[in-house]
Amino acid sequence: MLPFAYTTVSGTTNAAALLAQAPEAMFIAGGTDMLQLLQESVIAPSVLIDINGLPFHGITESDEGVRIGALTRLADIMANETIKRQFPVLGRALQETASPQVRNMATAGGNLLQRTRCLYFRDATVPCNKREPGAGCSAQDGQNRMNAIFGGSPDCIAAYPGDMANALIVLDAELEIRSGNGERRIKVEDLHREPGNTPHIETCLRPEEIIAAIRLPFSAHARNSHYLKLRDRASFEWALVSAAVAVEITDGTVRAARVAAGGVGTRPWRLPDVERMLLDRPLNEAVALTAAEASIRGADARPGTQFKLPLLRHAIERALLMAGGLQ
Amino acid sequence: MTLNINEQRHEVTVDARATLLDTLRDQLRLTGTKKGCALGQCGACTVLCDGQRVNACLMLAVMAQGKSILTIEGLAGDAGLHPMQAAFIEHDAFQCGYCTPGQIMSAVALVAEGKAGSDEQIREEMSGNLCRCGAYANIVAAIREVARREE
Repeated sequence: MLPFAYTTVSGTTNAAALLAQAPEAMFIAGGTDMLQLLQESVIAPSVLIDINGLPFHGITESDEGVRIGALTRLADIMANETIKRQFPVLGRALQETASPQVRNMATAGGNLLQRTRCLYFRDATVPCNKREPGAGCSAQDGQNRMNAIFGGSPDCIAAYPGDMANALIVLDAELEIRSGNGERRIKVEDLHREPGNTPHIETCLRPEEIIAAIRLPFSAHARNSHYLKLRDRASFEWALVSAAVAVEITDGTVRAARVAAGGVGTRPWRLPDVERMLLDRPLNEAVALTAAEASIRGADARPGTQFKLPLLRHAIERALLMAGGLQ
Repeated sequence: MTLNINEQRHEVTVDARATLLDTLRDQLRLTGTKKGCALGQCGACTVLCDGQRVNACLMLAVMAQGKSILTIEGLAGDAGLHPMQAAFIEHDAFQCGYCTPGQIMSAVALVAEGKAGSDEQIREEMSGNLCRCGAYANIVAAIREVARREE
């Protein structure tokens, strides 16, 4: 680990100003991914700015929905009764995220911004375009079993590893983004970028911007939402494939559908083709099967990731059956 | 800076890079907290921070200022071993013992959280603590017994 300075801040303007002064500075909140990246010398910040003093803590509720401060710990989000009742996909996704210890430390904002688990990104001794632009991508023909089948480029096929972002996308969640210049709102779906030829740029956030909160609107499809995570062991493991679905069914017909998948995309991956196959139809076994078949359209699997095609189809099918009350 | 460990205040001087784990072990000589993977994957370094279980390897020591840290050394009271420590011995819930302090700290928090309702739930809630000797069956038995007694 290379030396760095450490400082704390109590206001967004301060935090932004500090970052502007030291371009090699980084924010730290829960630290659960940051400490791994530091230990493995994947990153080398000049300054760590501890943002835990910012007023972004806690969960509040209004008539429209729920606001989760970006510094709220994952354990507190999954224990919240309104979240469990109104946004079950989120509660489930968090229950299946990491370990109890990590969930007590990790923050909502930090979870969204966690870095990929691509073996070559995490190993500072081998080339990686995300870690060192222009170095090359070792994953293209390497050990890429955990890598993406959607959204890759010749420069990067690293998968976005998180669970929560997939759940937030099917819940139509938005982010409050703060900087010294004020606030803007974006959809969670628009936060992450595909790698293209700049895999080191992972989100649409500008350097001085901070996620302040997540906003979740109440909806009928949010209340009937499910998360299914498939992995190499029963708990405390990254997704090989995960499925997030939110479906509103009225009088036996699908009126609204949101479907996203984790473990398969270079960013949280929404599946609009699957959603279209569900709309205005009854959600029965045949419709679930046909819709799930559309989930792998456009996939670019390598020999190492070929297994994700049937796994994704089956995960989506099962999650849809759960949403239809059929499983 | 000052750290509050096991209800005692300790004055320490640390590098900004020092983790809570390394500070406990190397500076304060509290070597009960073990260093396994140093990446948050094994749970050997589990301590309680303001009553909640955390991985000491994933926390910078400077960020532990103002928190109340409990390690395995602070668990036993004047009356003797903590019930979870006694149950681990009684149930032979370890072989080599390296993961045991982390297992016990995690188990104490789990019971306090009220999440020891079934063997299945205990296994899920202990997923952050690995045991390479594979003493899991006896670990579950020890936790189950303490949880039942506390009901």
